[in-house]
Amino acid sequence: MSVELGHYALVLALATAIVLSILPIWGAWRGDRPLMELATSGSLALFGLVAFAFAVLTQAHLASDFSVKNVWENSHSLVPFIFKFSGVWGNHEGSMLLWLLILVFFSALVAIFGRNLPDTLRANVLAVPAWGATAFPLFILVTPNPFSRLNPAPPEGPDPNPGAQDGGPPIHPPLPFLGYVGSFRRLSFSLARLMEGRIDAAWARWVRPWTLAAWTFLTAGIAMGSYWAYYELGWGGWWFWDPVENASFMPWLAGTALLHSAIVMEKREALKIWTILLAILTFSLSLLGTFLVRSGVLTSVHAFATDPSRGIFILCILVLFIGGALALFAFRAPQLNSGGLFAPISREGALVLNNLILTVSTATVLIGTLYPLLLESLTGEKISVGPPFFNMTFGLLMIPLLLAVPFGPLLAWKRGDLLGALQRLYVAAGLAFFVALVFYYIENGGPVMAVLGLAAGLFLVFGAVSDLWFRAGIGKQAMGVAWRRLVGLPRSAFGTALAHMGLGITVLGIVAVTTFETEHVVEMKPGMTAEAGGYTLAFDGMRSAVGPNYTEDRGHFTVSRGGATVADVWSSKRLYTARRMPTTEAGILTFGTSQLYVSLGDPMADGGIVVRIWWKPYILCIWGGALVMMFGGFVSLSDRRLRVGAPSRRAKPVKAALEAGE
Amino acid sequence: MTRKQKRLAIIGGGMSFILAAALLVMFAFGQSIAYFYMPADLAKTSVPPETRIRLGGLVEKGSVARGEGSTVSFAVTDNENTVKVTYTGILPDLFREGQGVVTEGKFIAGSDVFVADSVLAKHDENYMPKEVADRLKEQGVWEGQEQTQ
Repeated sequence: MSVELGHYALVLALATAIVLSILPIWGAWRGDRPLMELATSGSLALFGLVAFAFAVLTQAHLASDFSVKNVWENSHSLVPFIFKFSGVWGNHEGSMLLWLLILVFFSALVAIFGRNLPDTLRANVLAVPAWGATAFPLFILVTPNPFSRLNPAPPEGPDPNPGAQDGGPPIHPPLPFLGYVGSFRRLSFSLARLMEGRIDAAWARWVRPWTLAAWTFLTAGIAMGSYWAYYELGWGGWWFWDPVENASFMPWLAGTALLHSAIVMEKREALKIWTILLAILTFSLSLLGTFLVRSGVLTSVHAFATDPSRGIFILCILVLFIGGALALFAFRAPQLNSGGLFAPISREGALVLNNLILTVSTATVLIGTLYPLLLESLTGEKISVGPPFFNMTFGLLMIPLLLAVPFGPLLAWKRGDLLGALQRLYVAAGLAFFVALVFYYIENGGPVMAVLGLAAGLFLVFGAVSDLWFRAGIGKQAMGVAWRRLVGLPRSAFGTALAHMGLGITVLGIVAVTTFETEHVVEMKPGMTAEAGGYTLAFDGMRSAVGPNYTEDRGHFTVSRGGATVADVWSSKRLYTARRMPTTEAGILTFGTSQLYVSLGDPMADGGIVVRIWWKPYILCIWGGALVMMFGGFVSLSDRRLRVGAPSRRAKPVKAALEAGE
Repeated sequence: MTRKQKRLAIIGGGMSFILAAALLVMFAFGQSIAYFYMPADLAKTSVPPETRIRLGGLVEKGSVARGEGSTVSFAVTDNENTVKVTYTGILPDLFREGQGVVTEGKFIAGSDVFVADSVLAKHDENYMPKEVADRLKEQGVWEGQEQTQ
């Protein structure tokens, strides 16, 4: 019964969304206040309906109600509670519902907290996402529907994909979704402003929190996804340049570019047309990501929804939204006059360079991802574009960016002093080079180029520190004054420094792990030992175990260093009984930021087993850096300058007082 | 420098960066694209040794043999032609006889054995790598059901 209520709520949500997507815009155009007010109440109602539908589906999953097809396909009564819960969005229909829920949740937030936005802007800003909220329920209702029933109800489900049964998926898909929806929100601000024909610094200030939030969540999503692939797939790799990874990475790159160009726009009113175009592109890349993941047009580890009708539907949404946004852009762009002029060597110039490199590298990733698809549809030839392509193009293009990053914040607006920035950075550069050499000496090995890579990463970290150092005037001012100046810096300055520092840490991790990593594939029998990263692993033998919905063969290893036992680790091969599906559960031991990664292969006829042992030095820096970037994002987000309508909130009481006095 | 010259310099710089990136992409494509072949294709055309390709098909039943250490040899077939493959390393969990597989590697000069350095078999028990499924359907030897997941 309740599932039908959920279905009904979703149909009502669709109807609400259609009303919400038309009337407020009409009202804003006509200057009709009640129609504009509809946007607020409509957004809240929409959120209520979608939340109800989502709650109903969740309830069906938690109660293992196998009469619901979606539950039957994706759950099993023996699955632990947390995976029943994540099973709600661990499948195609549920994840679309989650997308929708996040979308309308943000709308509801704007409806509640955006009271101080101008009326017409608020109406438009709430109406634009309603177009998306129209498309998605339609999509969910028309293509296979999560609320459809099975008759007769089967007693048991086939179990969700075992790969999805671990700590990652409960939080992994929602994070990129938050990012995608954030970019949708930003697009709606852009479009709403374009409709009014007013793109100015105020616009840049309104979209900046959304850009930042989208970027922060996407950073988290990508890092989580990468870590999930690393420990779950048992291949020891952390980035595969898989189409789905690229699908979330491209909006991240474009979003990073947007974050920077929006600063220019906010401070200097320049780069308007470019910033709007970038907002549209970033959003398009997010939608493209959804399309690639959902349609199964590309072979990928994530291809779990290969239904052509869905692909075509998303493609239609894609064409409609991107086409519409670009058309509106083309219509309004000539009316946008560009602002401040600047010299090539200046803060603006540095940000333009950032944008140039980021968008060009986004384009190379896009070409590499879509080229096989294009070639196949044109000539029928099947090719694969693998990691070497991306490493060569993307890797080379990133080098100038990494070297330029520390200079950016040290250059002044309008006309910068490159020599001055160099003078301020030579300590950081020298220190980076020295530390990199020490690193290289300690790890003794690898190509000499690694020193430069490590130095680039360290330069980013030290460069970020020196930015704060010089801003506070440490060394020039008295200690007390410098401290007060440091504390008094805007939060966004700390955000910038943290994000750049995080990038440096990630680069450091990537270079270190690719250079110093060792891999051994050995056949081991109980009692044998293997060496990796200065540790000795003794294989003690295999043991069988039974879990709630799987059986496993576990190998036990005792790890020692210099004769003393330091740890022990289990590595196993699992067989999920319901699906007869084997998985590898790698044994991972962490030492500081380095890890020992043990993965089991096939048993041999003579009682031995193939064991793959990796020593992954400093690998945790890769995700640690992403965490620091995220933290930078949040710090920047808390800057009071960025709160929606912060200046007008203060202005209001005055206006109210004036009105009262009249 | 006048303002016009400055602007030209900026645009020129940007353009040359984009040009360099485009050349880089073209060069990288030439270096690192792997074409996809089925065993039947290899009977018709010959691939020069040391060229990276992807070879896909079904793992022939009864062909998997373990050699020294972690070296495995097996045969990839499309029921028309069969190619012997050797691979050193750990096979993916879902590698099974009679199932679809995609291998990447090259032929060594003077030998008709394909030396693979990566073997992909995907997540789902009735999953067939897309390239393999398409071609098997074309050749009419497709036996699996449509993917429903």
